[in-house]
Amino acid sequence: MLAATLAPFVLGVCAPMVRRVAGDYAGWVLAVLPAALVVYFAQFLGPVAGGETLSFSTEWIPSLGISLSFYVDGLSLLFALLISFIGTFIVLYAGAYLKGHADLGRFLMFLLMFMGSMLGLVLSDNVVTLFVFWELTSITSFLLIGFNHDKARSRRAALQALVVTGGGGLALLAGLLLMAQAGGAMELSTLLADGDVLRDHPWYLAILVLVLCGAFTKSAQVPFHFWLPNAMEAPTPVSAYLHSATMVKAGVYLLARMNPGLGGTEVWHVTLMVFGGATLVAGALLALRNTDLKLMLAQTTVASLGLLVFLIGIGEPLAIQAAMAYLFAHSMFKGALFMVAGSVDHGTGTRDLYRLSGLGRIMPFTATAGALAALSMSGLPPFFGFIAKEWVYKGTLDGGLPLVLTAVAITGNALMFAVAFLVGFKPFFGKPGDTPHKPHEGTLSLWIGALTLAVLSLFFGLFSNISESLFVGPAAIAVGGQAMAVDLYLWGGFKAPVVASIITVAIGALLFWQGRRASDALARLIDPLWGPDKGYDQFMDAIVALARSVSGMLQTGFLRRYMLVTFLVLAAAVVLPQLFDGIGVTFQTPPVDLLVWSVVLLTFGGGLAVMIIRSRLIAIMSMGIMGTGVAFVFLLFGAPDLAFTQLMVETLSVVILTLVITRLPVFGNDHRGPLRVTRDAAIGVAVGGALAALLLTITGSPLDIGLSTYFGERSYTEAFGRNIVNVILVDFRALDTLGEIAVVTIAGVSVLGLLAFRRRESADESVASEGEKTP
Amino acid sequence: MNSLILRTATPLLAGLMLLFSIYVLLRGHNEPGGGFIGGLIGASAFAIYAIAEGLAAARRALVVPPIAIAGSGLLLAALSGVVSILFGDAFLTGQWWFPAFAPDMKYASTVVLFDVGVYLVVVGAISGIAFALEERE
Repeated sequence: MLAATLAPFVLGVCAPMVRRVAGDYAGWVLAVLPAALVVYFAQFLGPVAGGETLSFSTEWIPSLGISLSFYVDGLSLLFALLISFIGTFIVLYAGAYLKGHADLGRFLMFLLMFMGSMLGLVLSDNVVTLFVFWELTSITSFLLIGFNHDKARSRRAALQALVVTGGGGLALLAGLLLMAQAGGAMELSTLLADGDVLRDHPWYLAILVLVLCGAFTKSAQVPFHFWLPNAMEAPTPVSAYLHSATMVKAGVYLLARMNPGLGGTEVWHVTLMVFGGATLVAGALLALRNTDLKLMLAQTTVASLGLLVFLIGIGEPLAIQAAMAYLFAHSMFKGALFMVAGSVDHGTGTRDLYRLSGLGRIMPFTATAGALAALSMSGLPPFFGFIAKEWVYKGTLDGGLPLVLTAVAITGNALMFAVAFLVGFKPFFGKPGDTPHKPHEGTLSLWIGALTLAVLSLFFGLFSNISESLFVGPAAIAVGGQAMAVDLYLWGGFKAPVVASIITVAIGALLFWQGRRASDALARLIDPLWGPDKGYDQFMDAIVALARSVSGMLQTGFLRRYMLVTFLVLAAAVVLPQLFDGIGVTFQTPPVDLLVWSVVLLTFGGGLAVMIIRSRLIAIMSMGIMGTGVAFVFLLFGAPDLAFTQLMVETLSVVILTLVITRLPVFGNDHRGPLRVTRDAAIGVAVGGALAALLLTITGSPLDIGLSTYFGERSYTEAFGRNIVNVILVDFRALDTLGEIAVVTIAGVSVLGLLAFRRRESADESVASEGEKTP
Repeated sequence: MNSLILRTATPLLAGLMLLFSIYVLLRGHNEPGGGFIGGLIGASAFAIYAIAEGLAAARRALVVPPIAIAGSGLLLAALSGVVSILFGDAFLTGQWWFPAFAPDMKYASTVVLFDVGVYLVVVGAISGIAFALEERE
């Protein structure tokens, strides 16, 4: 199982090489892996349909309870099969769609890595592993949306998708960790086995809100629905795969997965139904408003995701079955329609609904796929889409639920009916339209996937017992967390759901007939409104403006200002706690020793000179004197190591500062007024005084020498060194030292870089001034 | 710099300082000293050489660019820590070798290698900065 999840990553890394060797056949070569994965996952169909669940686990970070554990039940198996099956055709399709593109290899790499992430996501049992794969899908999605990185729109869409889904992902992480804490386990299968523990926990609401944030952003629920249509900037294979069939369903998957643990409460039902219902209607309306094939499909995807969330929110067994049936149906017909839209774009050069017509005869395979998929999407018998829609109505009409739920579902479905016919039929019938280039049918790889998925939509409708027993039934049982009778059929007599279907078809047909007018009317109504997409821009602009004003305040560009702030903060940080805790300075007069006193006098003299002297060179020398004095103090009081280092540091400081003064164009003399000299001197005295007071307080109080004793004892016995300071530096605390020497190296490189930069600038200036001199 | 005394004394002084710096580095384990102080002394040697003899001579004396010395020092220090991983200990755990011919040496260890890395970083970075400042336009 672990190998199956990681294999796409491994192959993904090799994809550019495969492209180089296999050329335009790279798609065919690489599609072998997802096809093999289909076979691999298919072997679990029998056991899972028989009610078994399978677990696989490999240790990863056992000390934190994190393992690479996978769990196969009806829900994860349905997803895994959809991901690998549709993935097979998408890889084929991508190879043909981007044929000859310089970066096809890279594209296939991202695509396969996404496949691995998505498989890991739906199969993960461990909450941390789930989160890791969840974020990997966001990242690979970012790379795929931004594939045409030379276009500003693509970059914006990629970043937007990453910000929205990545932000939600962080909320999800917090939610998952809280959940693991509350339930006392890291494995979902354990956590969800007894849902009452979570539901009755005081953190329940916090967990729910955080998990919903993750699910709603990923599955593009209102008000986060805006990123999905923008993600259509990606090449069509990506839209068909990530942004209709798989990744955007991750949120739905999460809700379905969590249903046994977090579902069943009032707040769960209401929140999911309200957000799902709003997304369904909003997405469907926006779909009808657009005239670009891909955007229309994207908006209906938003609507479908809303419907799924809505159904999971209802939570009754029939609604759960409807959700799984619709999810299954949607992945097939929407994946097919996206590939059809891509092929039309590829064959004609446009995706504008009102420029396309009469393509049926020129693109027979694509047209057949489009028509079949559209029939399934519109929910007409005997397609599987019909069964799914019937079950949606069964779910909403289920005993005692308010009728408004059915009304919402009818509205959404009717709008999607109209869009289905507009996208799947309109381009292929009527007189040939005026397209940018002469239409032509694509190669086999461009239509085989769409046609297969469309035909399967019909197949699973006709043979509903197969879809029921192998796919929808086990998934619904996994989501419901309880045994339930699942019995899918095409015709169940003339009952309420059929009436709802007839109403849907009637309204849908009307909207299709008046498609253009409805679209224009919606455009007039919606376009001037403020939307979250504009809100996103305003939000990002506000962040940049805030950052700019803050850095403008802090980063003045004057070194002396930085020093001023740093030292003031240092003095305050040292003095304030002492003021609160009371000053415990005990001062002992040093013994009257001529040597000691002369060293102290020398040090103070140096310090005083630094403050008064106007020549910078002499001031630096005076500072050296002061530092040397301190080194002497160390030497006199038995710290030869420290004295040694101090002396060297002082010497080099003087050398380097002198070089700075003499080599760089700074003023040789001090230009500060008496006021500023006094102020700077006061700050200097304050910092020095504060630190001295701190040291006196510390040495005045009884010292805990535990650490010194520890190092003293072990320095020679364990580290074979008598110089404790050095042993600490290079052995006991070697990691700290490694960090410090890394800083020293980086500082060295930075100084070289800065000086080189300055030299180049002055060289440019001199060239420019020479240029001015010559006539 | 045009000081006859400095120019005459420097080659001798710098050589001595360099020698002393290595001495300080190596004795550091048991007596005052170590890679950091040794490195500072070494860097002073090159700095004073550059001031007295000119930058070009100092760069020639150092053979490789100073920042490369710093980089290789960092690499050496990090690699000395990796050795312990090969022996199954945590990163940077000191590893000691007690050769049969000198069982009391207590000197051949990754810890000393680490200290040499520190020395090289300090020599490289500090003399690199000093050289860059010394460079005239």
